Amino acid sequence: MSYIPHTAEDIQQMLSVIGVKSIDELFKDIPLGLRPKSFNLPASKSEFQVTQTLHKLAAKNATGLVNFVGAGFYDHFIPAAVDALVSRSEFYTAYTPYQPECAQGWLQAIYEYQSIICELTGLDVSNASLYDGGTALFEAMMMALRHTGRNKIILDSGVNLIYRTMLYTYTLNLAIEFVEIPVVHGQSCREELFKYLDDQTAAVIFQNPNFFGAVDDYSDMVEQVHKFGALAIEVAYPVSLGMLKTPQEMGFDIAIGEGQSLGIPLSFGGPYLGFMAARSQLVRQMPGRIVGSTVDSDGRRGFVLTLQTREQHIRREKATSNICSNEALCALRAVVFISLLGREGFKELAEHNYQKAEFAKETLSRINGVQVKRSSPTFNEFTVLLPRHADEVVRRMIDKGFACGFPLGRFYQGLDNYLLIAVTEKRTKEEICRLADSLEAVL
Amino acid sequence: MRLIFEKHKEGRRGFSYGASDVAGAKPLAGKFCRATEARLPCLSELDVVRHFTNLSRLNFSVDTNFYPLGSCTMKYNPKFTERIAAFEGFSQLHPLLPQLSGGGMLAQGALEVLYESEKLFAEITGMSAFTLQPLAGAHGELTGVMLIAAYHQHQGLRRKYIIVADSSHGTNPASAAIAGYEVKVIPTGADGYLDLVQYKKHLNNEVAAVMLTCPDTLGIFNPRIKEIADMAHSVGALLYYDGANLNAMLGKCRPGDIGFDLVHINLHKTFATPHGGGGPGAGPVGVSQRLVEFLPISRVIRRLDATFALDYNYPKSIGYIAPFYGNFGVILKAYAYILALGKEGLIKAAEIAVLNANYCQARLKEYYDLPFDKRCMHECVFSASRQAKNGVHALDIAKYLIDQGYHPPTIYFPLIVQEALMIEPTETESKEALDAFIDTMIQIAELAKNNPSAVTQSPLNMPIKRLDEVRAARQPDLRWKP
Repeated sequence: MSYIPHTAEDIQQMLSVIGVKSIDELFKDIPLGLRPKSFNLPASKSEFQVTQTLHKLAAKNATGLVNFVGAGFYDHFIPAAVDALVSRSEFYTAYTPYQPECAQGWLQAIYEYQSIICELTGLDVSNASLYDGGTALFEAMMMALRHTGRNKIILDSGVNLIYRTMLYTYTLNLAIEFVEIPVVHGQSCREELFKYLDDQTAAVIFQNPNFFGAVDDYSDMVEQVHKFGALAIEVAYPVSLGMLKTPQEMGFDIAIGEGQSLGIPLSFGGPYLGFMAARSQLVRQMPGRIVGSTVDSDGRRGFVLTLQTREQHIRREKATSNICSNEALCALRAVVFISLLGREGFKELAEHNYQKAEFAKETLSRINGVQVKRSSPTFNEFTVLLPRHADEVVRRMIDKGFACGFPLGRFYQGLDNYLLIAVTEKRTKEEICRLADSLEAVL
Repeated sequence: MRLIFEKHKEGRRGFSYGASDVAGAKPLAGKFCRATEARLPCLSELDVVRHFTNLSRLNFSVDTNFYPLGSCTMKYNPKFTERIAAFEGFSQLHPLLPQLSGGGMLAQGALEVLYESEKLFAEITGMSAFTLQPLAGAHGELTGVMLIAAYHQHQGLRRKYIIVADSSHGTNPASAAIAGYEVKVIPTGADGYLDLVQYKKHLNNEVAAVMLTCPDTLGIFNPRIKEIADMAHSVGALLYYDGANLNAMLGKCRPGDIGFDLVHINLHKTFATPHGGGGPGAGPVGVSQRLVEFLPISRVIRRLDATFALDYNYPKSIGYIAPFYGNFGVILKAYAYILALGKEGLIKAAEIAVLNANYCQARLKEYYDLPFDKRCMHECVFSASRQAKNGVHALDIAKYLIDQGYHPPTIYFPLIVQEALMIEPTETESKEALDAFIDTMIQIAELAKNNPSAVTQSPLNMPIKRLDEVRAARQPDLRWKP
């Protein structure tokens, strides 16, 4: 298959305008010695053939399991209107809105997205999106380092291990001191934080709910963080913000997170959405595109990319970030998703998640040998202690048709018998009861 | 158009989850709950559908307009890849599934796509291995610079500098700086090529790497690229290939054969995945043999029994640079595109992309200054300096083009060209489409001579006129407030 419209005659006419005899002549600047040593690729296939090939590969993936795996990435329902609107090719075949007069649709949608992220988090400003939750956390950390001029970061170990590992990778060549404070009984440890918090600390990073599913009120800890002139960063789960205390209410300076739960399919890990919100004082430290409202020469409202002197295409090595392309289409999914749900739908979504998880906790706690950890309240994910290795239980449950949870031993030493179970609004009472029955059978 | 918040009507609902089948649990204690409600709009489904449908109509896009935005490769995005990415077997697949004990067999199709994509990218670029994790081109650059740092650290060296060209994308110096390097900038000579005297002067054993774009952002292939590469290697520096312009090189030249140690590919550019209003893209990074052991984990391997698995056993790996396996949905579309075009189709894409750019250059060079009059590859860069003398700047030309239904070229980039107009037509545009655009550009050149104000007042046919960008920056209004 080819998508080239040129006829042989077109090509001849164009070559003669250029003043060359052949297409090969156009490539004569490439020395013969640099021509490919090999270019061994398959022959062209028809649309039908490629579609069939990939249909077969798609069928090899098990998506029929009843899913209780979350661990930061959740199986939520996506209303059909989200897919329909995001499939408008006037959205998906456009690019970064550098020319505002022919991109008002995109610019307004991003402005609305930024507004919605501010409403969810309670914070003042947001941007046009980042790649994912992990890279958003890296950007937030860099903001704090620049803002404070310090080089120490305190990380709560309830922050998703994948994100913590990413931070270590990104800073291999930077002089940054990391301190990890332990989670005790599933909760952030105040004493440990106070032990390490000092006037060299640039930021303290918490996650709510934390990786174990525990919900906390971080207000007291954030207050201490601020006493030392450091910034407080929250890794937030947006769906939970339909119910939980907001980053702003707890005093956080920056909130970031994975926006996948806002109408974006799981799609084997991406594309996802990194969101960010911050206090207005930090806006000039923010990474990436930001859309602002202004007026045209007739005084009509319009939208533009703004505060661009932070960005790489202007500031080059002095930019606040190297990000150029972001995840705009995923941000569009998020704003359409939230607009459809509205104020009431969004609260309802959070409520259903909470209720289903509570029901699952109740149901699973009745199984002999299963201990539901209850030292902290939870939102839609919780930890259970099993009488045997969680890996083995997970393997057996797959045969019963369940992806029953995430074994914590993969990320935390000594937690081999612990399982992290997520229950979204998609899980029915019947599925939860079957999960319990099957679990009882395999233990 | 009114904001979605301004269409709010109390009592409206656009979506409901229905009654919960398990209600009745004790509510979460108040101290953990939000006290202030999120002020989200209440609308019907039709309200929302009409709002975003009408917003979409305010955009230029590849599907509606010629979009010769230089450096962005706005080629046509085939529709069938959208359908493939939406197959439930891909779109509903949880990324942690293959990380569960016994779960690898549940994602064999997806792992095969990753494994085969990596092999194709390696063959196309001549590199030894790829990581598919980077989520965009700039993210690929940052990954590349982290690999460069890991390589030198492993050699026991702490090199300080990364060299970039003054014509480079802004992401090159930004990526180098974010990863902890100081940036040295090499000017472009009067002949349009990297100034080799300056280059030699800055090259020493404190240079960790040289980042180059090839063809460069002027659209020019430097015939001395091999010499430049060898000079970098001779002082122990690594060589990074910014693959933003790879479209012109398919089957014509491979970075690996030149001697580059690292390359990123912008899948959304070269392999036709939709750009989505600024993303998502994908920026896989390929490396030469000596860097393979440092690649991020996990990596996908093919076992002896022909099954696929995730492998974490790379002790020198830099670790995770993204949570999972990259922007899988984007990789999948690029994979489908490569399979459809095949070897001959990819070569043809490069050839016609170069033909189209040269045709634009040939037809327009009488009317606009060509700062470096050389054979171009996939894009040509003009200067509107001649027009600017009459008060018609690159920005004015862009706005006039909008009025005529064309997305403007990239303007004011590369920074080394005054009043730059960077035109990348891509291979999917027909001769007729190019001729119509070129005729408009010629008309603008005539107007600039005879009637400049006809250009400088544009756009006049759009829903809005030029916007006050100074006000936007000085009095930032970045969100709706009631």
